[in-house]
Amino acid sequence: MLPPLDELRRLILTTVPAATVTIVENPGPAAQHSLLIGADHALAIARFLRDSSELRFDTCSNVTGIDWPEREVVDVTRTEVPNPAGGPPKVIETKAKRVVPGCLEVVYHLYSVARKHGPVILRLRTANRADQVTLPSLTPVWRACEFQEREVFDLYGVRFSGHPDLRRILMWDEFVGHPMRKDYVEPDDYEWEPTPHDEVLAKAQRHYPAPPQERLPDA
Amino acid sequence: MSDAPAPSPISDAERDELRRHGILLTSVQEIYNWGRSHSVWPLQFGLACCAIEMIAASMARFDLARFGSEVFRPSPRQADLLIVSGTVTKKMAPQVVRLWNQMPEPKYCIAMGACAISGGPFKQGYNVLKGIDRFIPVDVYIPGCPPRPEALLHGLMQLQEKIRGQAIAGPDAPPHLRDDVRGDCTVPAFGPHDLIPPKDPSLWHPPVIVRPD
Ligand code: SF4
Repeated sequence: MLPPLDELRRLILTTVPAATVTIVENPGPAAQHSLLIGADHALAIARFLRDSSELRFDTCSNVTGIDWPEREVVDVTRTEVPNPAGGPPKVIETKAKRVVPGCLEVVYHLYSVARKHGPVILRLRTANRADQVTLPSLTPVWRACEFQEREVFDLYGVRFSGHPDLRRILMWDEFVGHPMRKDYVEPDDYEWEPTPHDEVLAKAQRHYPAPPQERLPDA
Repeated sequence: MSDAPAPSPISDAERDELRRHGILLTSVQEIYNWGRSHSVWPLQFGLACCAIEMIAASMARFDLARFGSEVFRPSPRQADLLIVSGTVTKKMAPQVVRLWNQMPEPKYCIAMGACAISGGPFKQGYNVLKGIDRFIPVDVYIPGCPPRPEALLHGLMQLQEKIRGQAIAGPDAPPHLRDDVRGDCTVPAFGPHDLIPPKDPSLWHPPVIVRPD
């Protein structure tokens, strides 16, 4: 039986006491909560999850990436001020903006075929999206991660240390950039767009500037 | 190449009339094209979901063999027809052009499905070629996502019609019978963001669209 996530967290922390493990809640109806684990001890945690006789997560079914660009969040704090004229207290809202730094995230879905339970979802985050994008590869623990980590490297630009063969897998080797990043700009080869709309319309108009002609008077 | 053939001294109607009476009159061109059009061997080559329909078309239910095209060749050296059946990613495009260049003349190309024609549902993507006709001359376009096997059969019949109508000499002759036409296509190279060149300008340029906006 798969222990609940906070129990799993406790089990991990008893085995790898130095690790940081945070539960990331999923507020959606699926309520698939996940464990955010620190990169330093990710390999030790992975080995424990695979080898512990109670858990036996022998299968990594999916590895995927997420790009979190830098974003601004507005925190609203409500304070109640007693109304001097009596009656219900006034509520004053103070808004504070803060910038959440961007990062790249790698998500692993683990199942146990032997114990017939799962999934447990692990998340690893890089320090930023620019130069500190190295995460430990979990391929030494689960061979199934090899191709999918290559895919995350190719499309998101996460560098996996300890990966046996970290090359691009979907794009060609000469390709520059990581197309699944939110700020990727794709090549402008929209020469022919019969029915363009939105962004593609703007591109099509760049290729076909409206002819300098007067519009026909409406009949 | 030899000069253009002299115009046929009898009309098609007269020839059909003679055939009804059991007299077979033909020309080298007609019998050559008749033979060619009924033994079009496709390259055994599929790219995406459309290939499944191509496979279905070659199986017993739709029976491509009725048209002489059941012999899917596993080598481009033995194939007459390249059916581009599916999404051509930019990573795959040079290989597709190479296969085309390896096929001996006379050869034909069918662009099967929305992807091969224009990029289809993936047209706005960064990694899909927006139509194989940017690099290869296409003879027949079959729209659909995917086209039904019947549509592929219809496309093949259109191709047979095209083959039967080709002259074997003169200015209308197909490329392989002329010296003034380049035989192979440009194989694009991989660039930092796109193929280089992104299209073969001698084969494809965007149709002129005049926008009222
Ligand atoms: S046209 Fe449709 S069915 Fe054919 S390869 Fe493209 S997506 Fe698949």
